[in-house]
Amino acid sequence: MDSTTKEKQIPKYINPYFGGVLLGILILLTFYITGRGLGASGAIKSAVVTTVDKVAPKHTESHTFYSKFISSEHSPMSNWLVFESIGVLVGGLLSGALFGRIKKLRVEHSPKITKKTRLIAAAIGGILFGFGSQLGRGCSSGAALSGTASSSFGGLLVMLFLFGTGYIMAYFLRKLWI
Amino acid sequence: MGPLIPLGQIASGWDFIIALLIGIAFGFILEASGFSSSRNITGSFYGYNFVVLRVFFTAVIVSMIGLEYFDYMGWIDLNLIYILPTYLSPMIVGAVIMGVGFILGGFCPGTSYTAIAIGKLDAIVFTIGLFIGIFIFSEVFPLIEGFYYSDNLGNITIGEMLGISNRLFTFIMVVIAIVAFYLTWLIEKKVRKTITPYKFE
Repeated sequence: MDSTTKEKQIPKYINPYFGGVLLGILILLTFYITGRGLGASGAIKSAVVTTVDKVAPKHTESHTFYSKFISSEHSPMSNWLVFESIGVLVGGLLSGALFGRIKKLRVEHSPKITKKTRLIAAAIGGILFGFGSQLGRGCSSGAALSGTASSSFGGLLVMLFLFGTGYIMAYFLRKLWI
Repeated sequence: MGPLIPLGQIASGWDFIIALLIGIAFGFILEASGFSSSRNITGSFYGYNFVVLRVFFTAVIVSMIGLEYFDYMGWIDLNLIYILPTYLSPMIVGAVIMGVGFILGGFCPGTSYTAIAIGKLDAIVFTIGLFIGIFIFSEVFPLIEGFYYSDNLGNITIGEMLGISNRLFTFIMVVIAIVAFYLTWLIEKKVRKTITPYKFE
């Protein structure tokens, strides 16, 4: 493969170690300012609680999970993680625009599978990830990354078992990717 | 002296603006590092691209060293830092379920947001899946509440659990990371010879 075709196939990403240093500094700064780390799944939880509360307020009021996140003073959407996650979307837009990666709606998948297979796998993956993130007290951002950064044993546990399971399952699901 | 917000050194009205700015930086770094592509992310599991491991491990050791350094300099009170509590079995089960979801979906929640930003339909579907998954969890919560709160070890740190200081563990993490960087570099070189180069979309 000559260098011109290679350039076409590999988009210009920043050096991963440089990206890691930036992310590490951001986590440090976040702890210094807020006393907590980053997160991502929490915003979706707020959206779920808000939706269910709008549709069936009596249900959420008496429910042992929903009621934990509902107060009469403010909406579950007025939450730190919701604003942070909106920021993640904006930041992704900025970087995508800067590096020319924003394009029309598309599905990225291995040539060995169809678009439909990819979308079904993405949906099931999302459902499992969402469910698991609640038991795990956070996802890869909140528990594995920020948790381990702040020396939380639970954070380290989530990191090891999340990636460990990924490696075991990768063999069985290799057709999806390679 | 930090942390600033818990010590009341920033007026509370700034909370959400700070959250938005931190989020923007987070999203920018994730996208710029290549996390808006599911095939790029899963490369770590097949050996053709260890970008996730590199970014993730570097971020962990930089922030761990940074927190220890800030503590040493007296710039931060680590007692006021939120330590994620440990619920042993529920967290292991949750992480295993997330691991399966990760390899099926190709994203984690944060990375899927940045993929939506650049127009990936599979990321939108993944995020709708997250919503459904959390909804299902919430609905069945009363049935699994006992398990959810089981094995509570409290806000225990890695050092406390292993009987060493967190500073020593930070050092061990740095050594593990450097060894991992080297080994994965070797693996990647080998695998890239056999795997046909894949096209990013």
